[in-house]
Amino acid sequence: MAQVPLDTHKVAACRAIASEIADDVQSYIDSHTSVGVERTIVRAFGVEGVDDQGVPLVNTLVERYHGAGVLGRGISFFLGRALLTGSRTIQDAAERLAFGPDVDTGEGGPSLDAVHAALRPHVDAAIGRIDSARDERMALKAKVRPGETPHKYVIVATGNIYDDAIQAKAAAHAGADVVAVIRATAQSLLDYVPHGATTEGYGGTFATQENFKIIRRAVDEATLEYGRYIHQTNYSSGLCMAEIAWMAAVERLDMLLNDAMYGILFRDINMCRTFVDQYVSRRFIARSGIVINTGEDNYLTTADAVEKAHTVLTSQFINEAFALRAGLKEEQMGLGHAYEINPWLEDSFLLEIAQAQLIRQIFDRHPIKWMPPTKHKTGDIFFAHVHDAMFNLVGITTHQSIELLGMFSEAIHNPLLMDRYLSLKATRYVYTAAKHLGDEIEFKPNGKIAQRAVQVLDEAHDLLVDVKKQTIWEAIGHGAFADVKRTRTGGKGYLGVAERAADYVNPILDVLEG
Amino acid sequence: MHPTPPSKPLRAYGDREGDGMVQLSFVLQVPPSARAREAAKRFAEMHGLKEPLVATMELCAEGYSYFVVYGHSKHAIDVAEIEVPEIRTEALSREEIEKRIGLRLGRKIIVVGACTGSDAHTVGIDAILNYKGYAGDKGLESYKGFEAYNLGAQVENEQLVARARALKADAILVSQVITQRNCHKENGAALIAMAKKEGWRDEVVMLFGGPRIDHKLALELGFDAGFGPGTKPGDVASFLVERLCGAPAQVEPG
Repeated sequence: MAQVPLDTHKVAACRAIASEIADDVQSYIDSHTSVGVERTIVRAFGVEGVDDQGVPLVNTLVERYHGAGVLGRGISFFLGRALLTGSRTIQDAAERLAFGPDVDTGEGGPSLDAVHAALRPHVDAAIGRIDSARDERMALKAKVRPGETPHKYVIVATGNIYDDAIQAKAAAHAGADVVAVIRATAQSLLDYVPHGATTEGYGGTFATQENFKIIRRAVDEATLEYGRYIHQTNYSSGLCMAEIAWMAAVERLDMLLNDAMYGILFRDINMCRTFVDQYVSRRFIARSGIVINTGEDNYLTTADAVEKAHTVLTSQFINEAFALRAGLKEEQMGLGHAYEINPWLEDSFLLEIAQAQLIRQIFDRHPIKWMPPTKHKTGDIFFAHVHDAMFNLVGITTHQSIELLGMFSEAIHNPLLMDRYLSLKATRYVYTAAKHLGDEIEFKPNGKIAQRAVQVLDEAHDLLVDVKKQTIWEAIGHGAFADVKRTRTGGKGYLGVAERAADYVNPILDVLEG
Repeated sequence: MHPTPPSKPLRAYGDREGDGMVQLSFVLQVPPSARAREAAKRFAEMHGLKEPLVATMELCAEGYSYFVVYGHSKHAIDVAEIEVPEIRTEALSREEIEKRIGLRLGRKIIVVGACTGSDAHTVGIDAILNYKGYAGDKGLESYKGFEAYNLGAQVENEQLVARARALKADAILVSQVITQRNCHKENGAALIAMAKKEGWRDEVVMLFGGPRIDHKLALELGFDAGFGPGTKPGDVASFLVERLCGAPAQVEPG
């Protein structure tokens, strides 16, 4: 099988450095919480509802306690006290805390042990709900097996969830293994999760719990009708990444876009907030067996794909380290990378092979997510179709795990039904025609591909050393990733972070942490 | 290429002049069948294609057929009759841009740009403003003569205006990438309306850019210029220099 030379000592060194980088941040994470994290916990307890303005109850409740400066105790602490003082259900406890005349300041009253005891059955129910969704997924997957890898991943993005459901089924019919409902562009910066089924959105459809259900129903139908397990994907990113992770866990999604740093770099969400939120989101993801897709492909859309190839690898090591700290298994880590080199560059195809193969070998247990060309796509759909075919050839040759299919109309509009159909057809051709190519060929030991792979690993190692020296907080400040610079207290959502009190109560997280 | 447009009506050029050959692909909500093929043929005829050939008919989703049709378009177009506003600026060299700003303006041109509304795609505004630039052409940030502020994506018109006014910007650049159901036009038009209402529209050069934007659309919405796909930072820089650093001041005799 074609392999690029790999210095395993250097890879081990990269992992060790990434580990230290993540440890530095983890100590911050372990001493903080956020409004997003606490809302997630309230949702996980089963609390539901919105007011007549569409504001979710979990927001009203958590904002009230954050505003009173006591969120560092953990919202569970107050829910437990409400249960001990007359609330028979957790829903009633949440409503009393949100709308009752006085804010509970947490003074006096029952002991911490009593609070934990009162919460116990509700914690068990919360965890049981996640576990049974996971078991249901595993049972369906055992009954109807997924297709072969690379899994063909397509997006639908009509803005209307009912149209999305039709298009999702159509995509499955045409051969897709994974369907992502792309999210409305505005949602990442909303500090609440919209409620109910939605039919209006620009650039995509809102991620809501009801919308998740509607697509799950459609792809389950497709799974049974076409005899191939169809995976459902959405976005656990932005200011509600943890809440969406929980929603996805209980609605039985299969994959989530989820990245430790994406929100910081590409949505200007505050670093502290993102690090805290990504950790808790990943704790839920780990428990539910969802596969994450990380966002390193985006680095190459803002920075140069040849010069900055190593930043992708560096970030993958860091994303892996953060994911391990949140309890994810390697088999759940769909680390992302992309085919974004200028197609007119001499030997660009060789450079793409080198990077794809290098990442395949370094992350050999990980369901690597391979992203198509976007940056150099133009309105010439006929050329774009050829460009995508070359991308597919790298994907099958280097044994990528999940491949987001390129769309020839990428530079023009959200994919039409026929665009997706033609993309799936062309991909099926390339995958079939070149199925064992990677097993048949070898790369010249000191050739261009081998040398490029060595170079990228060397540069990734050097950047990791540099990031560790600076700390990641500073490194991001200096534009180490994607040429984007962010500061520790800048960006959106910083005010939603709270320091944990010494007696912080979060029994659901305790269970997830094992 | 013709230096001046030919004055005769043009038909689509396939293999021979005047054959009108056009290819068309589309989906109809009907499974493949002889009737579906005939439906595709008639559909093409309604678009003015003579002797349409349904080259492909495939099931692309349950109940939907994908068609590729070739036909001779009967339509002809007289290019000479068409009036299109074009940006007349010639792309100036980097040296010329720096020189003109230095000599004629004597200070930096302040540019503030953003991708506005809910649109989260910074690729366009980054390509024009950031040092890195696009396709080997470095962005406005790289010029000594420009002071460029990139506010990024998902910026509300109010924020953009507040920042631009505070910085005493000479020019505002608005990028719109997402174009579903014309939201790109609405955002742009709202900004112009705000500028007019607040009375500073004529004090600032306002530019509009994005994959679905052209100069004509930008002018219709009230911008000074529009920049479509493939625009390089140097094109925008040249336009601003032409607009803001006109001819050298004439020395009055006597």
